[in-house]
Formats: sequence, structure tokens, C-alpha cells
Amino acid sequence: MSRTVRGKVAVVGIGETEYYKRGEAPDAEFKLALKAILAACEDAGISPKRVDGFASFSNDRSDPSHLAAALGVDDLRFANMQWGGGGGGGSGAIANAAAAVATGMAECVVVFRALAQGQFGRFGQGPQRDVIAGDGAHTVPFGLMSPAQSFAMKVTRFMHDHGVEQNALRAISLASYHHAQNNPRAVMHGRPLDEEKYDNSRWIVEPFHLFDCCLENDGAAAMVLVSAERAGDFPHKPAYILSALSGSHYRAGASVHNTPDYASSTFKTVVPRLYDMAQVKPADVNVLQCYENFTGGVLMSMVEHQFCDPEGCNEFFVKDNLIAPSGKLPTNTSGGNLAECYMHGLGLNIEAVRQIRGQSTNQVDDVDVALVASGPMVTPVSSSIFGTEATL
Amino acid sequence: MSYLAAGLPKPVPAPDGLDSPFWEAASRDVLMLQRCGSCSEFQWGPEWICHRCHSEDVGFEEVRPVGNIYSYERVWHPVHPALKDQGPYIIVLVELPECNNVRLVGNLMGDPEQSVEIGAPVQAFFEHHRDAEPPFTLVQWEKV
Repeated sequence: MSRTVRGKVAVVGIGETEYYKRGEAPDAEFKLALKAILAACEDAGISPKRVDGFASFSNDRSDPSHLAAALGVDDLRFANMQWGGGGGGGSGAIANAAAAVATGMAECVVVFRALAQGQFGRFGQGPQRDVIAGDGAHTVPFGLMSPAQSFAMKVTRFMHDHGVEQNALRAISLASYHHAQNNPRAVMHGRPLDEEKYDNSRWIVEPFHLFDCCLENDGAAAMVLVSAERAGDFPHKPAYILSALSGSHYRAGASVHNTPDYASSTFKTVVPRLYDMAQVKPADVNVLQCYENFTGGVLMSMVEHQFCDPEGCNEFFVKDNLIAPSGKLPTNTSGGNLAECYMHGLGLNIEAVRQIRGQSTNQVDDVDVALVASGPMVTPVSSSIFGTEATL
Repeated sequence: MSYLAAGLPKPVPAPDGLDSPFWEAASRDVLMLQRCGSCSEFQWGPEWICHRCHSEDVGFEEVRPVGNIYSYERVWHPVHPALKDQGPYIIVLVELPECNNVRLVGNLMGDPEQSVEIGAPVQAFFEHHRDAEPPFTLVQWEKV
């Protein structure tokens, strides 16, 4: 088992800025990135000058060389971007950073994501130009132009194939908002959601109500990765990486909605490799963070991570099963992208580390294994599994 | 007849010419899709080589403009200023069984609040915008 990152790398520092509604961050995006990295280094008890690598995803605009210059990094050894949009690279960036540390290319790598949509424009809007060419010419003129619109047709087909009802999606949203009420960092802290409010909320695009859709936020998040040999030298309990990898199925990237396996969250080929590397089974997972661009993607991801049979969704996806500490599988325990903050999902990985440490505001008892699924329905997607020292 | 309000980005052929035959044919009420000259299989969207046999001999061929609804969505929230007063509209993903089940995106003509059944047969409706600058044609769909 030499060709694995299992147990070779640990997260020893996590940091976040305050989370803001989109357009409301008082700082520039690059400064947000710096603040999150400084916070993660402080959490790890290290000087930012000793960081020697940066990894990010989704075309983050904060260039590693500029970051290294701004932080006074002594010796930049690793500068990495995971290809692909949306949140699909959240765990992939961690995988890349872990690979660099495990193979000795770098010693101390920061994984980060920074977003200031007020500074750079929103995700949830269509293109505002006069003409469009290429793949977009075959979708945008029909009014298919936002992420919600791109993914709703996949979810509709999945729900049709497996008889999934709207209440299954609702349960995912209710659980996220439930967790956010205990999390003072959450943008939706103090804004609870119940069944009636969900049911009465407007449609964005069927089958997504308003509360099925992620937030749009400004902020930044970062984590510090070092080799397992050094992990005991830091102030907090290490979160060891048991597995982290990315991928997608045959022609997942076929244009104009032509991927053969259409009604998929794109995880089917990733998940067997994920569990093999981690040497855990779905039943071993104590707590789940599952990227929510839209609730339908969460549902499909959880099915493809083998937590639920596709024909059993209506029974499995009820709020009580998804909430900490007592649910069958507490999910999105920070409030996640729906109710904590949309930081392209890196916040989900940070929440997984908190659960391993025992520091979540919705802590699950006796967590040894925490799984993160990043970015459903895009390509590539990625997943990561974190474990305590006891799992090594 | 135009299904959606005017003002969305207008489709133009790709500058590299990859999908030009599709748009030219649509302006003549003809549906042309990409077919490999070597292995005879269809593929869509258009690509530079055949993804099955990797032949560069990929051309366009007229096909019967009929298919089945593979999936659909009813959009309510406008994400473009041109659709501010549009109200709901239906996007369908149409599968063409006679063409290796390639899929096309379009709108479903008719009542935007009509019920839609996955698997229902549809035929193309060529929605011309001859007075637009530049002029273009959208391949829309209507129930058979």
C-alpha cells in the first residue's frame, strides 16, 4: 500500500474569515484569502513564512506566487490548481496538496478558497452579452443559463427514475438550517426554517424551491496540511487524511447535456476508489459533509456514496436522520452551503476537521471518520475522508 | 412565433466553424447533427474527432427531427433581465432514438404550466428570428 496518501498527511490548522452575504465583504478578495490563511496558520501555531505550498480549485483568483510574496514565504515549492468549476475541486485540492506532502514535494501546504462576488460578479446570473457561441449557443438562448437550471434537469430525471418525492429534498434543507441555528458563524444563524416556510417558498426552477439553493457569499477559508510524522507537534488534534481523490465517469464532460449517465452526481467511479483508499465502509462514516449547490445534488451524492438505496430515498431523507447528534447520519453540521456560507465547499472540509477534533457547534459523539463529498453534478468531482489517530 | 421574450444572447456559429452546418440547416427547417464517416455513429454536441473511433472524418447529416423528452424543467426565477416579465417557461432535454440517443436542449412550445411527461414524443419546431441582427433559428420542440 505504498501508492496511497492514507494516513500520511494531516490537517493541523483551519481558518476562516467572517462570512458575509455576497457583495458585503469589507475586504478585497485577495485580502480575504490572506486573512483566512493567517487564521489557519495561527490555529496551527506556525509562521506563515514556513508555508511552502498552495492548492486551490474552481479557478480561484488569488495566485499562489502573489500569496507567497504577500506572506513573505521563504521557499515556495508547490502551486496547484484543481481544474473544473463549482465546488467539484474542494476535496480534489486537498488530494493534490496531500499528494505533494506525501511524496516530499512540499512540507506544509495551504489549501484555500476565497470569494468576493461583489468584487467579481455573481454565479447565479446569466451571461449579459449580445451573442453567444460554442456550447452555450445550444443552451443559453433557451433560457438555460444558471447553475440551478443546469442541474435541475438531472435531478428531475433522477427523481422520476426512482420515485423520489419533494419532501426528501426538503429534509436536506431543514437539516442544514437546523444546524445553522447553533452555529454563530452561519449567515443564516437566527433565521430558522420549518416545513411550512419551505413549502411556501417560491420556485426557482422545479424541483428547487428557494431553500433548495445554496447561498451566494463572500469570504475565505483555508487549511494547513503537513506530514503525519509532524502532526503531533501542533496544538490541535490532527485530522488525518484517510482518502482524498477526484474524477468523473465516462464522458461526464460531454457537452449540451449529453453525458450518457445523465441523472448522476458524477460520484459513481470516484466512490469505490475513495473507500478502498480509506479502508472504510459507508457504515463506518460517523458524520457527513455533502456539498449542496442544490439539495437534489446532496440526495444523489448520498446515494452514490452508498448511504442510501436509490429506491429508499423517501424513507431515508427525513430531518431526524440527518441532524446531529442523534441522526442516523448527521449531515452538513455547520449549516453548509445552504445556511452557513457558500465558500465553494471548502467550509465543509473545515467542518469535517472540526468534527474530528470535537469542536463543531453541532458535535456528533465519538467521531472517528468524517466524509466530505465535493461538488455534485459537475466534473470532475472529489471526495475526502478524514480520521482520528485511532483510525490509522 | 417566439417562445421566450427577446433579449437573450443570440446564438451564432462558433468562430472555429465546428457547429456552422447545424445553424445553417436550422435556418432551412432542417435538423443536421454530427455523424462519423468512419463508424457511422452520431455524437452531440459537435466535436473535432469521433469520440468512439477517433476518426477525423466527422460530418453533418440530416436527421428526422423527432425524439422523446428525456428530462425537463420549469423555470420560474429569471436570471436574465430579458426574462424579467416572462413568467414560467419549460426547458426540455430531448433524446433522439434514431441518432444514438444524442440529446438536444430546447423549449417545449405551448402552455408553460402544462404537465410534462418524461418519455413523451416530440417533434422539432423551427423558430426563426429572421429580423434579428444577426438572424438565427432556434430548434424548439412540440408535443406530437
